Amino acid sequence: MDNLSVNHLIGIKDVTREDIELIFKTADSFKDVINRPIKKVPSLRDITIANLFFENSTRTRLSFELAEKRLSADVVNFSAASSSVKKGETLVDTVNNILSMKVDMVVMRHPNPGAAKFLSERVNARVVNAGDGTHEHPTQALLDAYSIRERLGSVEGKKIVIVGDILHSRVALSNIFCLQKLGAEVMVCGPTTLIPKYIHELGVKVEHNLRKALEWCDVANMLRIQLERQDIKYFPSLREYTMLFGLNKEMLDSLDKEIIVMHPGPINRGVEITSDVADSKQSIILNQVENGVAVRMAVIYLLAGKIER
Amino acid sequence: METQVILNSRHFDLTLKRLCHQLIENHGDFSDTVLIGLQPRGINVVTRLKFLLEEILGKPVQCGSLDITFYRDDFRRRERPLIPSATNVDFVIEKKKVVLVDDVLFTGRTIRAGLDAMLAFGRPSGVELLAFIDRRFKRELPIQADYVGKTVDTLSEERVSVEWQEVEGEDKVVLFTPNKLNG
Repeated sequence: MDNLSVNHLIGIKDVTREDIELIFKTADSFKDVINRPIKKVPSLRDITIANLFFENSTRTRLSFELAEKRLSADVVNFSAASSSVKKGETLVDTVNNILSMKVDMVVMRHPNPGAAKFLSERVNARVVNAGDGTHEHPTQALLDAYSIRERLGSVEGKKIVIVGDILHSRVALSNIFCLQKLGAEVMVCGPTTLIPKYIHELGVKVEHNLRKALEWCDVANMLRIQLERQDIKYFPSLREYTMLFGLNKEMLDSLDKEIIVMHPGPINRGVEITSDVADSKQSIILNQVENGVAVRMAVIYLLAGKIER
Repeated sequence: METQVILNSRHFDLTLKRLCHQLIENHGDFSDTVLIGLQPRGINVVTRLKFLLEEILGKPVQCGSLDITFYRDDFRRRERPLIPSATNVDFVIEKKKVVLVDDVLFTGRTIRAGLDAMLAFGRPSGVELLAFIDRRFKRELPIQADYVGKTVDTLSEERVSVEWQEVEGEDKVVLFTPNKLNG
């Protein structure tokens, strides 16, 4: 196995376990590279990548940009706020205009689910999905699983609970696919209103009591409450959510084992987790960010190998 | 495919020992020198040299391995991306003398990439090249080895393989010639 089975990274649903393991193996080498005095390799010096962000992002965008630059690719950035999208141009037109300037790969975040797949079927470039609405965020899932593998040795057989707004979370969906493909058991935990009705069909456990969920798991991935995606009120108040589903130090310490705490960021300190949990030894939140660059380098490197000359 | 052994196990061993003494001639007790093998096959040469050198010198010799995958100049000119091996350089090469080690020196492109990869770890005071087998006349870049185990004259279509007791079960160097060339 030395090549990905896909030409684009649209979602974890489309990739195989072998693909994920190949990405991890490649990421190991890149993690080594980014810890050297010179954190850069010349592999992609003849490749140009466009980062198209139709939705706000700090971490993901920065992480992708760093990954691209450390592979020596040329990078162009685009954000919807300052573009012709506002003037009524369609997505395909916008992207084709960018591609006529000889761009080989597109990293795209878009508010509409399916936007990345739509684009990959219509333009002549490799597409990496950096989040499409409430659908998938594959590189986040990869870096989450990579971080678990780094800390626990492997993902196989581990128990992971994803806590929070599962309904609106692309991170949750991608994580469920990724962790299950790697042989982990997944549970989701949150208010009834934020758990999709048919989620059990994905083979995940559902729990509405945070303490029970934490007692079951090895790893807790605490998601952010995405107020910007909630068109109606799904729970009475943020304070009530915090009381029922927020993770604090007392609860963490009262468990009879040391679980690992993750968060895809940005953290709302004091809402889904308290500050002392976020900064505790059990938290691998900053490792996730570091690994994000290595994992994205691996994804881009492997997809770039598929660009025809 | 015709095969011909160009170095048997006895000469193989003699050659390695000679290389060790040549290295010691130039580098003394190796207090300022490190050996870096190029992945994947240069590692075998380094492992053996390290063992012999330490036996002769009676003190440890610093050795590392370097993967050059990301520094190659043929990315996307191949069918599929190359998958890297491990790099293990856990010492400072700044102001050290570095001896790059590979099993077969052919076009010189691997060494070019190796130099690039090595410089990402710092600025050594000097770099030398040791090639166990030097395939003359086929260089595509102006690169020559400072220490050579054995020089062989080959055609581009031929293949030279260095085999190791630890890996293949026997120390030898084999030359493979496609049959059509013998006609």
